[in-house]
Amino acid sequence: MLLSLRAATVRFGGRAVLDAVDLDVAEHEVVCVLGPSGSGKSTLLRAVAGLQPLDSGQVLLDGRDHRGVPAHRRGVGLMFQDHQLFPQRDVGANVAFGLRMHRVAKGERDAEVGKLLELVGLPGAARRAVAGLSGGEQQRVALARALAPRPRLLMLDEPLGQLDRSLRERLVVELRELFDRLGTTVLAVTHDQGEAFALADRVVVMRDGRIAQSGTPLEVWQRPADAFVARFLGFDNVAPATVAGTAADSPWGKVPVPDGSPQGSRTLLVRPAGVRLVAAEAGLPCTVTTRTFRGTHVAVGLLPRDGGPRLEAACALRDAPEPGAGVGVAFDAAEIVVLD
Amino acid sequence: MTLPVAFFALFFAWPVAAIVARGLEVDGAWRFGRIADVVAQPDIRHVLWFTTWQALASTALTLLLALPAAYVFARLDFPGRHLLRAVVTVPFVLPTVVAGSAFLALVGRGGLLDELWGVRLDTTVWAILLAHVFFNYAVVVRTVGGLWAQLDPRQEEAARMLGASPLRAWRKICLPALAPAVAAAALMVFLFTFTSFGVVQILGGPTFSTVEVEIYRQTSEVFDLSTAAVLTLVQFAAVGTVLAVHAWTVRRRESALRLVDPAVTARRPHGPGQWALLAGVLLSIALLLVLPLAVLVRRSLDAPGLGYYRALTDPDGGTFLVAPVHAVWTSLEYAAAATAVAVVIGGLAAAALARRDAGRMMRGFDALLMLPLGVSAVTVGFGFLIALDEPPLDLRQSWILVPLAQALVGAPFVVRTMLPVLRAVDERLREAAAVLGASPWRVWREVDLPLVRRALLVAAGFAFAVSLGEFGATVFIARPDNPTLPVAVAKLLSRPGEMNYGQAMALSTILMVVCAAALLVLERLRTDRTGEF
Repeated sequence: MLLSLRAATVRFGGRAVLDAVDLDVAEHEVVCVLGPSGSGKSTLLRAVAGLQPLDSGQVLLDGRDHRGVPAHRRGVGLMFQDHQLFPQRDVGANVAFGLRMHRVAKGERDAEVGKLLELVGLPGAARRAVAGLSGGEQQRVALARALAPRPRLLMLDEPLGQLDRSLRERLVVELRELFDRLGTTVLAVTHDQGEAFALADRVVVMRDGRIAQSGTPLEVWQRPADAFVARFLGFDNVAPATVAGTAADSPWGKVPVPDGSPQGSRTLLVRPAGVRLVAAEAGLPCTVTTRTFRGTHVAVGLLPRDGGPRLEAACALRDAPEPGAGVGVAFDAAEIVVLD
Repeated sequence: MTLPVAFFALFFAWPVAAIVARGLEVDGAWRFGRIADVVAQPDIRHVLWFTTWQALASTALTLLLALPAAYVFARLDFPGRHLLRAVVTVPFVLPTVVAGSAFLALVGRGGLLDELWGVRLDTTVWAILLAHVFFNYAVVVRTVGGLWAQLDPRQEEAARMLGASPLRAWRKICLPALAPAVAAAALMVFLFTFTSFGVVQILGGPTFSTVEVEIYRQTSEVFDLSTAAVLTLVQFAAVGTVLAVHAWTVRRRESALRLVDPAVTARRPHGPGQWALLAGVLLSIALLLVLPLAVLVRRSLDAPGLGYYRALTDPDGGTFLVAPVHAVWTSLEYAAAATAVAVVIGGLAAAALARRDAGRMMRGFDALLMLPLGVSAVTVGFGFLIALDEPPLDLRQSWILVPLAQALVGAPFVVRTMLPVLRAVDERLREAAAVLGASPWRVWREVDLPLVRRALLVAAGFAFAVSLGEFGATVFIARPDNPTLPVAVAKLLSRPGEMNYGQAMALSTILMVVCAAALLVLERLRTDRTGEF
């Protein structure tokens, strides 16, 4: 393993920001840590970088314990959330900084800077001042700077956090391509699931300093480990239920579940696509509370008339009922997951 | 950190302790009873009372006159604003003796007011109060105005949008944000005026005497060391209290305020109110700050054919062993050496204090560094003579003694100027450099130094100006054949005769020009991120 964390723990005051975290990152793997703010993601990166000492546990790089090794001798790269380009240096000098620190000769350095700037899509920008760069350009320079000393592990803290949406979507694809091409080992953190799913081979969801789930983007998306992960991924139709066979007793009444679901007292996740609107008398009677246009579909908020938590349904634009309308709801077992 | 601590221990704590011990220890026994005895003397009580009330009155008067100016410089945009801001700062870096002689030339016997209307103020307390305003005007304008210019006007606009009247918005939003800065400025002015020496020495005559002047008198004229020691302790306690309060307000001031670029907050004045305010402030600056200096220059030119200036080059003046003009070079040399020492010591201390992991002890040291500004300079100077005169450290014959004493006063300014800038350097910028492979020393050189280079120059300039003007300590330890400019001025003033008086004015003018030139260079270098003092 290139990077291994063993029961890594960091406490601020009495609170454990990292709570006995175990994590492995293999060479050439791109791992994305996903979690809400305050879940300890950034602290995880800082601990690996050597900027934050561990209170207990180990950080192993190439199998060697790095306790006491200062940041500048760890050979890992970190791209900061707001880039932290050196304001008094131009673009080229920023990119060359790490090379200078590693005593790369001047001629070689200039050639390398030129290559890197080309790689990140800013050819010939070496003499520009960093103050004059747009957010996207700054992000590219920061990436080039982090890549320059060829770190064995590249860490990215909210790499696309401050950019606008369209730029973010474009850059995330570029990043993925670049990492594939260079074979870089990457550990990134983000709070944006779309970014994590697009970038990562493996997604690690964190909650309150602990790892809540780890798996491929598809695994995490299809089978969230628990109610927290499901809600964090944007699923709101989550409720406790008692599962017996292929049916579950839930606050929404009897709901069908897929074959082979875990039995007994469980948490039920109903994807919006699994909430079908039918005639008012045919299913669970609900009142439409909201109707939100989402581009490809309409999210319809529903309040069950006999009590029970709110439901969200996804339906086609022309089928969407007006707020205040009475509708019936039927459930589709294929879009329902019984969480462990 | 060890070097600054050692420096202050050796050249500050040790001499002061030595002189206090000399005063209070008799035959190996401590006579703490002396404290009560001395404080009970009516004339000493009178000195203590006068010191306190003149400091309070000076502070109040300075705030009254300078706060409108702080507003004008912060929020109004008018031609010559930057130049005027620099002009206002000139008095602050002027040596106290220059200010003293300037006011003597204005309000003293044969002064401008005497000539015009027969008004003399040099026998009244007003001369001292006005000279103190002259000096500390810039403290208020810089400290309060600096923050005022950076307050986001949109905060007030937000209050206006929520239905507050302009006055109410100012009272509820601006005033609370400014209050800690006003308090800090007031405390600084109080500190400076409480320990005032040069001004009172020259303008106070036999009637008025502050604790500092009394210490000087007791030490050098009455030779009553134990009274001087007690007074030193009293002043030390008072200054310590003021500094503790100051440190507390500074901490409050660090509460998160939204600061903006001062360049965007100033507007052209509009409405008769703002124009009247601007005119009033300009008039008060002209009368209080510019006029005394102008009179000083004029008096120095009174003798035909620059006679006073030419007399300065004459070694047979009788006052000194050398020509007075020699003092200019001596002063410049001493000040340069003192600046080097102050920058090294103060810079190291600031770097140590700026570290994020600086503990409570470090922050305590922060306040201690200000002490040399408040502790009797006279005591320090005399302490040097007593404490540093025997092996292994016998410096009494060494020229370095004067620069060391001056560096003691200069170093706190270096710390004050550097610390805010060093603290403003984003820690993550340092981390970014470390992750890219820079060792801690390399981080300092590559990240910190380029960002603080200007602040370092500004700090050096302040240290230079302060060293040049240092009087209280230097008057004791400067050798008679090598007086510094302020010492020479004071000596000339203490002698009768038109020639001596004129020479003092001429020498003061030279000193003023040197200080003003140093300051104007600084003003060009100063960035908005450097500390106000």
